[in-house]
Amino acid sequence: MKIRFISLSALCCAALVLLSGCGKKDDGKIRIGVSIPSADHGWTGGVVYWAEQTKKDLERKDPKLEIILSTARDSSEQVNKIENLMVQGIRALVVLPQEPAPLTGVCSQVKDRGIYLVVVDRGLEKNIQDLTVAGDNSEFGRRCAEEMAGRLKGKGNILIMEGVPCEVNTLRVNAFKNVMKKYPDIRILESQTSNWSQEKGLKLMENFLQKYKQIDAVWAGDDDVLIGALKAYAESKRKDVKFFIGGGGAKAIVKRVLDKDPLVPVNVTYPPRMIAYGIEFAVAAAKGKPTAKSRREVIPAEVITPANAKYFYQPNSPY
Amino acid sequence: MSIENQLETRIPRWKNMLGSARPFIALALLLIVCMVSNENFRSAQNLLNITRQVACTGIAALGMTLVIIAGGIDLSVGSLLALSGVSAVMVMGRISDPAAAVVAAMLVSLGVGTLGGLLNGLIVTAGKVPPFIATLGTLSIFRSLALYMADAGTISSSNDYFRAAGSSAPLGIPLATLCFLALAAVFAVMLNQTAFGRHVCAVGSNPRAARYAAIPVDRIRFGTYLLAGLAAGIAAFLFSSRLNSISSTDAGLSYELDAIAGAIIGGTAMSGGKGSIAGTVAGVFILGIISNALDMWGAPVNLQGLVKGLIIIVAVLIQRQNND
Repeated sequence: MKIRFISLSALCCAALVLLSGCGKKDDGKIRIGVSIPSADHGWTGGVVYWAEQTKKDLERKDPKLEIILSTARDSSEQVNKIENLMVQGIRALVVLPQEPAPLTGVCSQVKDRGIYLVVVDRGLEKNIQDLTVAGDNSEFGRRCAEEMAGRLKGKGNILIMEGVPCEVNTLRVNAFKNVMKKYPDIRILESQTSNWSQEKGLKLMENFLQKYKQIDAVWAGDDDVLIGALKAYAESKRKDVKFFIGGGGAKAIVKRVLDKDPLVPVNVTYPPRMIAYGIEFAVAAAKGKPTAKSRREVIPAEVITPANAKYFYQPNSPY
Repeated sequence: MSIENQLETRIPRWKNMLGSARPFIALALLLIVCMVSNENFRSAQNLLNITRQVACTGIAALGMTLVIIAGGIDLSVGSLLALSGVSAVMVMGRISDPAAAVVAAMLVSLGVGTLGGLLNGLIVTAGKVPPFIATLGTLSIFRSLALYMADAGTISSSNDYFRAAGSSAPLGIPLATLCFLALAAVFAVMLNQTAFGRHVCAVGSNPRAARYAAIPVDRIRFGTYLLAGLAAGIAAFLFSSRLNSISSTDAGLSYELDAIAGAIIGGTAMSGGKGSIAGTVAGVFILGIISNALDMWGAPVNLQGLVKGLIIIVAVLIQRQNND
């Protein structure tokens, strides 16, 4: 009991002594925090890769810059990481929220501290950030639909695989369906969520193949899901599906487009590289010279065909 | 054993006291090392952050300590947290008056947690199912119910009082931390000063002797599971109010492992019969400080689990040496 008491009081004394003597050294470094989900699937793997590349490039060009990269497995861990970043004296924060709702509270605190806040890809529940960097989800959905309708010549039975229920998904799917309304001979047999997971895409495709004996085309919505769906299709040895369209620009799929694979004729980009643009805007703002022209910077969705695929093929990236 | 042998093998008194104080000494040393070596770590805001970050796993660890001391184990704490949280937020969404909604959320969260603990207790005592298996089963059951109710998604609340509760900090200390420390005090008094507490230790260390001493072994064990469930319910309320939402897939995931780790590092023996609430609090803080310090030092996120695992093993090795 005595030892316990002594060690606890030693702990308190040490804490007081050190706390009273503290005060952050101003070493003139400009610190930026970057909080992103950990690489649990292909697209987020790409985000982490591009964040690391950007950190290396920018820190090399400017030695006074310190970019602190932190990844988190789930929302509550991400909240903890952002709190830790705030303690380290960052002037700007780039965040790709795992989910909008849990992150809104801590991001409000970030804003209250006067830290420049850039939100990438997925939004928050309230628009409190200084800058949003996102892909154009409506254009993404629209382009996928136009490519599919064009190649089907305006008629056929199709299936849609949706993503995690959130704003990104809603925008894409609504844009897709709006285009398809113009083609009355194209029937959407079913639209189900694959949660943007490769494994779930495989299972969903197996179910679809069981349920529907005649499928003309499938919109997998995302390249990770597409890889799963293609595997299920290959294993089923069915011949009716004319082609698949995914989305995102994963190197495995871009390679298939480049190789003129009949099942994967085209792809639409949704680059994980957008994190790099977010970081660059944040660095500029932290240095006092923000370069963002408006509060929302949109990265357009581009169509990848065999003709231009070689420009989009990034063999070094994990995505 | 002859008297000569007894005198030879008697552990010196100071060594015995040192043994029980080990987690606190470790905590003190760790704090000093981290504070001296990293300026970001030693800011008051960071230390408060750490206390808030460990509060929910800490509360789960308190319940887990009682269960382990009584000779059982509860693997379902994390899933029960998710289920209680999901139920609470869903109920809150149905009630229009914001203040009443928060009160209802609190009651539902505690109620579902206690019911879960009750189920665990019944399966272990009345069903005579080994605790590992019983709580392995309820782990899946609770998580599945949470996923079903929330459609595997995240439910968020639009209640302002709830959000305020989550970010409130009376006297500058986060609400979650205050609840954690208050609950620790209550459980410590219960364990050390009440008959129930004595019986818990007795049941864990020697169930047969306890039964012969007319201690209601089954009732005591049931009681520990009930309290663990209640703790999970409290943690669920604090967890979901901090994020103002609850994710049915991610909430409480592997909380049981962190709770067990906190209890073990704090000196609770896996075989039962020995342990202390204060030790668990120290153990939980040790884990939280390590995780935070690694972050401040810029260690790769994916290696933090490696450090956590090593600490658990080292803690048990040191305990084993002390016992021998």
